[in-house]
Amino acid sequence: SGLGMFSTIICGFLSPLVVKRLPEHVQVDDPAVVKRLAKKLERQQIPLRSDYGYKVSLFSHLHQYSRKAPLTQLLSIPSTVIHPSIVRLGLQYSQGIVAGSNARSVALLHAFKQVIRDYTTPPNEELSRDLVNKLKPYISFLNQCRPLSASMGNAIKYIKKEISNIPSQCKEEEAKTKLLKCIDRYIEEKIVLAAKAISKYAIEKISDGDVILVYGCSSLVNHILCEAFEKSRKFRVIVVDSRPRLEGREALRRLVQRGISCTYVLISALSYILPEVSKVFLGAHALLANGYVMSRVGTSQIALVARTFNVPVLVCCETYKFCERVQTDSFVSNELDDPDDLMVTRKGKTQLENWQDVSSLGLLNLVYDVTPPDFVDLVITDLGMIPCTSVPVVLRVKNLDQ
Amino acid sequence: MGSAIEAKTHKNMPGADKEADLTERIEAFLADLKRGGCGTGPIRGSGETARETTALLRKVTAQARWSSAGDLMEIIRKEGRRMTAAQPSETTVGNMVLRVLKIIREEYARSRGSSEETDQQESLHKLLTSGGLSEENFRQHFVHLKANVIEAINELLTELEGTTDNIAMQALEHIHSNEVIMTVGRSRTVEAFLKDAARKRKFHVIVAECAPFCQGHEMATNLSKASIETTVIADAAIFAVMSRVNKVIIGTQTVLANGGLRAVNGTHTVALAARHHSTPLIVCAPMFKLSPQFPNEEDTFHKFVSPHEVLPFTEGEILSKVNVHCPVFDYVPPELITLFISNIGGNAPSYIYRLMSELYHPEDHDL
Repeated sequence: SGLGMFSTIICGFLSPLVVKRLPEHVQVDDPAVVKRLAKKLERQQIPLRSDYGYKVSLFSHLHQYSRKAPLTQLLSIPSTVIHPSIVRLGLQYSQGIVAGSNARSVALLHAFKQVIRDYTTPPNEELSRDLVNKLKPYISFLNQCRPLSASMGNAIKYIKKEISNIPSQCKEEEAKTKLLKCIDRYIEEKIVLAAKAISKYAIEKISDGDVILVYGCSSLVNHILCEAFEKSRKFRVIVVDSRPRLEGREALRRLVQRGISCTYVLISALSYILPEVSKVFLGAHALLANGYVMSRVGTSQIALVARTFNVPVLVCCETYKFCERVQTDSFVSNELDDPDDLMVTRKGKTQLENWQDVSSLGLLNLVYDVTPPDFVDLVITDLGMIPCTSVPVVLRVKNLDQ
Repeated sequence: MGSAIEAKTHKNMPGADKEADLTERIEAFLADLKRGGCGTGPIRGSGETARETTALLRKVTAQARWSSAGDLMEIIRKEGRRMTAAQPSETTVGNMVLRVLKIIREEYARSRGSSEETDQQESLHKLLTSGGLSEENFRQHFVHLKANVIEAINELLTELEGTTDNIAMQALEHIHSNEVIMTVGRSRTVEAFLKDAARKRKFHVIVAECAPFCQGHEMATNLSKASIETTVIADAAIFAVMSRVNKVIIGTQTVLANGGLRAVNGTHTVALAARHHSTPLIVCAPMFKLSPQFPNEEDTFHKFVSPHEVLPFTEGEILSKVNVHCPVFDYVPPELITLFISNIGGNAPSYIYRLMSELYHPEDHDL
C-alpha cells in the first residue's frame, strides 16, 4: 500500500485496463484501511493526525482535522526523516497560508527542488530508485497535513517519472541539474505559459461594456482579468464571496489595485446581482474525466443560478489539472475543513460557541463541490476552447504524447 | 415627552388621558418598527407585530371619535398609512390594517341587513349590473356597530394567537421518519413545525446559515436543544448537499399575491437547487403574511442594509473604490414552490389569489 494512488495511476498509464485502487483518504470509515495506514506511517516515522469533532454521518468516510492541532506538534525535533522545507510546506498547507491549487503546486515543486539540491546518493544505491523512495514519506506527510490536490498529484507523478528515467551511468551532479531543469520547465510550461495562452483565448471572449462575475480567488481568472484590463477592454467585475473562507476579498484587493472597477457581494445575494451580469468566469480545482468540474464549494450554485438567468458560464483551467477520476456528486470524495471556522461572533454573541457539547449539533465545512457539465458553457484551456465533455479526449491525447 | 403629556392631561378632560396614552402607544410602536429595519430582522417576530398592530387598531376603534363606518375606515386608513410608512418592508402591519377594514365592511353590511352571500359573490352578473362604482358610502350610523367591530377584532386576535400552533399541528402529515430536511435562516414558524414533528419522528435537519446575519446558527441551536439531529452548512454548500435532501421547508417574510415569496436572502438559490433535484419545497406561512402586493420592479421590492455587514470597515483602503451591496430579501417565483402550509391548511401556490379575496376587499388594496 506504499505508493497508493500514484503507483496505480502509473500502472494505469502503462496498462489502461487495471482498475485503480481507492485512495486511503476516502476510506476513513473502514477500520482495516485506517490500521494499514497507521502501520505505514509508523514505518515512515510520520505521526498520524487524528480527526476532530463530530462528523456529519454523510461524511464519515472523510477526514476532518482541526487547524489548532497541526501535525508538526507531534513531530520530534529535529526530525531526521522529513526535510525541513517539507515540514514548512506541510505547515503552510494545514494552516491555509498557501492555498489555491496553482499556488500549492508551485510551492510543492519549489520544495522538491530544495530536497533534490540537498540530496546525496548513499553508497551502493542508485539515484533513480533511492530518490523516489525518499520522496514517499514526504508525500505521506504532506497528505496528512492536507489531502493532496489533483494538480499536485499530477506534478508528483511527473517528477517520479522523470527521476525513474535518469540513466544509471549518469553522475550525481549532472542528474540533479537535469532534474532541477525539468521541474523549472514543468512550472514554466504547465503553469506560466498555460496562463498566457488561456488569457489570449479568454480575452477574445471579453467585450467592451461587459459585466463579469467571478467567484472566490482564482489566480488564473485574476490573471485573465488583469491582462484584459491592460489590453484596454472596458468592463467591470462583480466579485462573489462566501463564508467561511472569504477568499473573494483577496481577489478584490488584487483587482482594485490594478484599477478595475469592482462590486462585492456575498453568495446569498446572487439572485439579486445576476440580472446585471453578462458573463461568469470560474476557476477550477480539477476537471474530471466525465466532464464534471471540481472547484471551490459554491461554484455549482453559481453555475446553476447563472443558467437560470441565461448567463454564459466559462470555466478556465490549465490542462495539468485534468484528472482521470470520475465523480457525480460532492459526497464521495471531498475535503472537510475545520468545523470551527463556521462560528461567528456578532454583537458580542457567538451562537455556536459550545457546539461540541451539544450531541445533536454538527457543523459542516465543505471545501469542494462538483458542477455538472450541463451548467458549463465553455472550458478555456491552454489547448484551446473545448466543451466540458471533451476532457477525456484531452487526457487521451496527453497520454499518447507521453 | 412623557412629562409634557402628563402636565397637559392634568388640565384637560379625563378622556384626553386615554387619547394621549393611545398616541404614546402608537408612537412607541412606530419607533419599534423603524428600529427593526437593521437587517437582523425586526425586534419582534412577525406574529407579534401582527398581534400588536391588531391590538392597537382595536384601541383606536374603541377610543377614537367616529359616528359612521366611513369615518372609522378613514381613521384606520390614516393610522395604517403612518404605520406602513415607518417600515415598508414589514408587510404584516399593512395586512392587518386591511383585515380590520374588511371586518368593518362586513359588520356594516351585516348591520344593514344585506345578506352576506349577495355581497361576496363576484359573479359576472354583479359586475355587469353594478355599473362599476359601489353605492356604499358607509354613512349610516348603527348603534351596535362599534361593539360588533370590536368583537370581530377580538376573534381576529384569537386567530392570530393560534397560528403557529395550527401550523405545527400539521407537521406529522408532512414529515416521515429518517428524512433529511433542509431549511434556510431562522423562522419561528418552521422551528415550531419541526419541533412538533420531532416529538414523534426521528429525522435530520440541515440548516443553511444565511450570511451575513447568520440567523441559521440560532435556529440550529434551538433545534438541537429539542434533540433534533442538526447540521449547519455554509450558504455556498447548498447545492452540494441538496442531492441528499428529501424536503425543503422554509419560512418567508411575505407571501405575494401571485403566490411568489419575498423571503430572506439565499432562498431563491435553495428553490432553484430543489427544483433541479426535484425536491419538494414547502413554505410554512401563516395567513397574516399574505399581502395583496404583486412583485414590483426592483426599487420597491428590495431592501438594503449597511454594507458594513458584508465588507467591514477594517478592510480599509479598498472600501472607497468598491461598490458593496447587502440586500435582505429575495424573490422566489411561484413555479418553484410545491406547497403552502398555513393555519387554514395546505394550499397550492396557484390558489393564493383566491384566498386573498376572502381576506381583503379589493378596494382597500391601496391604503
